[in-house]
Amino acid sequence: MAEKQNFQTSLDFSQNIFKPNNREEIVEVIKNCYKKNIPLEISGLKSKNKIGRNFQAEKTLDLSNYSGIIEYKPEELYIKVKAGTPVKNIIEELDKHNQQLAFEPIDFGFLFEGVSNGGTIGGVISCNFAGSRRFKVGSARDHLLGFQGVNGKGEVIKSGGTVVKNVTGYDLCKLLSGSFGTLSVITELSIKVLPKPETSKTLIINNPHLKKAVEYLGNALSSSTDPSGGVFYPEYFEKSFIFNDLTHQGALTGIRIEGPENSVERRVNRLCKELCLLDNEFSILDYEQSNIFWDKTKNLEVFSKLKSNLLRIVVPISETLNVIQKLKAHEINYFLDWGGSLIWLQIKNVNTKILKEIKDITQKHLGYYTIIKIENDLKATADIFTIDPIKYKISEKIKKSFDPKRILNPGKMYSGI
Amino acid sequence: MSSLQMPKVDSSIMSKRDTIISDVEKIVNPNNVLSHQDEIKPYETDALAAYKQVPLLVVLPETVEEVSKILSYCNENKIKVVPRGAGTGLSGGSLPLEDCILLAMGKFNKILELDYANRCVVTQPCVTNLAITQAVQDKKFYYAPDPSSQIACSIGGNVAENSGGVHSLKYGATTNNLLGIEVVLMDGTVTRFGGKAMDAEGYDFLGLMTGSEGLLGVITEVTVKILKTPEVVKAALVGFPTIEDAGNCVAKIIASGCIPAGMEIMDKALTKATNDYCKAGYPTDAEAMMIVEFDGTEHEVEAFIQKVKQIAEKNNSSSLKISKSNEERLKFWAGRKAAFPACGVLAPDYMCMDGSIPRGKLAEVLNEISRLSKKYELPVANAFHAGDGNLHPLIMFDANNKESLRKCEEFGAEILKYCVKVGGALTGEHGVGIEKRELMCEAFNDKDIQQQLTIKVALDPNSLLNPGKVYPILRKCAEEGRVHVHGGKTKFPDIPRF
Repeated sequence: MAEKQNFQTSLDFSQNIFKPNNREEIVEVIKNCYKKNIPLEISGLKSKNKIGRNFQAEKTLDLSNYSGIIEYKPEELYIKVKAGTPVKNIIEELDKHNQQLAFEPIDFGFLFEGVSNGGTIGGVISCNFAGSRRFKVGSARDHLLGFQGVNGKGEVIKSGGTVVKNVTGYDLCKLLSGSFGTLSVITELSIKVLPKPETSKTLIINNPHLKKAVEYLGNALSSSTDPSGGVFYPEYFEKSFIFNDLTHQGALTGIRIEGPENSVERRVNRLCKELCLLDNEFSILDYEQSNIFWDKTKNLEVFSKLKSNLLRIVVPISETLNVIQKLKAHEINYFLDWGGSLIWLQIKNVNTKILKEIKDITQKHLGYYTIIKIENDLKATADIFTIDPIKYKISEKIKKSFDPKRILNPGKMYSGI
Repeated sequence: MSSLQMPKVDSSIMSKRDTIISDVEKIVNPNNVLSHQDEIKPYETDALAAYKQVPLLVVLPETVEEVSKILSYCNENKIKVVPRGAGTGLSGGSLPLEDCILLAMGKFNKILELDYANRCVVTQPCVTNLAITQAVQDKKFYYAPDPSSQIACSIGGNVAENSGGVHSLKYGATTNNLLGIEVVLMDGTVTRFGGKAMDAEGYDFLGLMTGSEGLLGVITEVTVKILKTPEVVKAALVGFPTIEDAGNCVAKIIASGCIPAGMEIMDKALTKATNDYCKAGYPTDAEAMMIVEFDGTEHEVEAFIQKVKQIAEKNNSSSLKISKSNEERLKFWAGRKAAFPACGVLAPDYMCMDGSIPRGKLAEVLNEISRLSKKYELPVANAFHAGDGNLHPLIMFDANNKESLRKCEEFGAEILKYCVKVGGALTGEHGVGIEKRELMCEAFNDKDIQQQLTIKVALDPNSLLNPGKVYPILRKCAEEGRVHVHGGKTKFPDIPRF
């Protein structure tokens, strides 16, 4: 009798999409689905819902109504928000206090729809894709200080808090970041925020050769000039980067330097010297242009409304050159981020055999790939994420410990999980 | 010391001791199996020396295969295993159990690879934290997390405890500087989480293992990222007439957009103690004293230091000194680093607490600590990693006086509970171990703890790996939680603690 009362709610369980307005309703939906074995698709602003495997879910739990900033303490360097809060709103709020999400959440809207859609903060953390500052400030997971969520049994759980130093119990913040909503529905998040740098400039080196670019990036990242971004765009993207301060066209290597005004100026100059650049080999983007450049990069704008397939390959920087040389056997377009260790690879005409080949190459070079976008007929069969049998077994156990009946995004990451 | 409930001793294991020894001697070199009381006695405790327990036997494996075989053997025979690195932990994480095999990882002491191209170091787990920096410093690199015990603590232990240090605000703790580990699970499975490529996809087991205090797996290899040594490091030493002024100054520095490499505050009691102890030369009239340090390129550091100077003046600073040389900067730190031994002189014993609080609550928490100090009639001195909100109150007492010890323990527990109440955490960097186990229910409810225990059971169904640690037994919220130092001597008196 008591249980029945729990399900008396404003939510109509005959509908297929639940749009809860508060955590109690989220708990009710999940409890109900747990009881009745109903698989749920967890969704927000649908900016990344095409990433991951296709799976069957009878109902959708749409968190976009569960939105809003709960608490923002600029001097404590955190913001506490509801999971359905659009990232855009958070960025705007932080901007008022000259702060930012330092991990630069990627706006996948351009890739899939051709227009901006930064998604929700819950989605950004659940996917754990970091932007260009990754090698300096860490990934999305490094900025999640604490969360509350609802596991697959409808139990409210929490971990972490709002302070940066916290070693109380297992770090579930890490485990839930990048779990694509398969372990729990995150409801509230405390995110670390950081001051925006006073200014930034971007050194653009005009250089057509990948080998030289990887060398530049490696040297820059190992220098004490402390860069916060490093990319290489081959010549076929030249039309995407038309800036007043850009003196050359063609392939470009971009290195970002951030900080106080006079320090940035000097570090850029020193970097030019350390990389032995001649005057006609480089140009420097000022603050405004530099910001546009890195926004374009982070938002994958060169792949806007992409028709073909996109893979995200991560390897140690020492392997990048070899990996790309091997991949050139196929019809590819690519650019490098993360100082050379992240390869965004556009590839036409793939099939299962080619994907297997690419997987073997990345694994041989100590890396991995994730399929971000793929033709529909391949999506059903391709491995979107890479996993080995041992980690599959462990993942299965962990999944079961959070979501024993597999009702949360079942099969989104791996078949059977 | 108050008695502590540990998992029930399995008498069938105790009675099979000889068989177990001979079985284990078939897995590892018999010289690496220690069973004589004289041999195993040194392993009876870690740096939480108030608790002692001799294990069933000590095994020192030399290869990952041996670790795997031992764990798999123990799993089949339901023998408990307690992993141990350098044994410098302050929360009793590697305290042995009477019926356990203590897996001492001391022979995993080699650095395997210095990979400058990928800016990382691959090492065995029992290499010390400092040795990593020493191995790469001639190429002007270093490993950022710097727990105060870095000359002795092992990197594997750092991973297990997610160790911090004074530079956590800018550079993060171990978890933010770790790229990969090789780990052996209780069933003997050997696997790798992460690696030289960043952000391995799938569930973040690397993150889960980090800070899991040896309950989920035994770490056999570690890959950490290394950073370029900053060109310039400068510090300012600032005195304040009130704790509130110091607290406000910290908040204003952060709000101004500066991220210091380190920001430390000491209260008057501690400042006085260090001045007396090592002639630190700190301002004696100040109620609070702050050291704030910046690193980076010359102009960047200079710009931040000037900003701090202005902010400090606006917040009523009573004195301000900026380091003119590296020697002077180190002198600023010398007193702070001598803070703990300085307290050892003031009282027969002191207990070092470790809680995290929101930076803005510093004045409130210190006022509460001072109220409690009067209530319990025990003096207290406070050190605070203000940058990252990590508070270390040092409660002075006399362990030979039972009443004094009881009061000290209650005092400590009240401080930690207050930390949680103002939005902080029970432990910032020392870990839960056995020390704060019973306080876990202050921070977590039953469902939270149950979820964590379910993860444990998923990876170690018989709860054989480091049982009795981190999670309360019988959910008894007793009032415990401290590091106890007698006669100014910790278990390792020569290891700095700050």
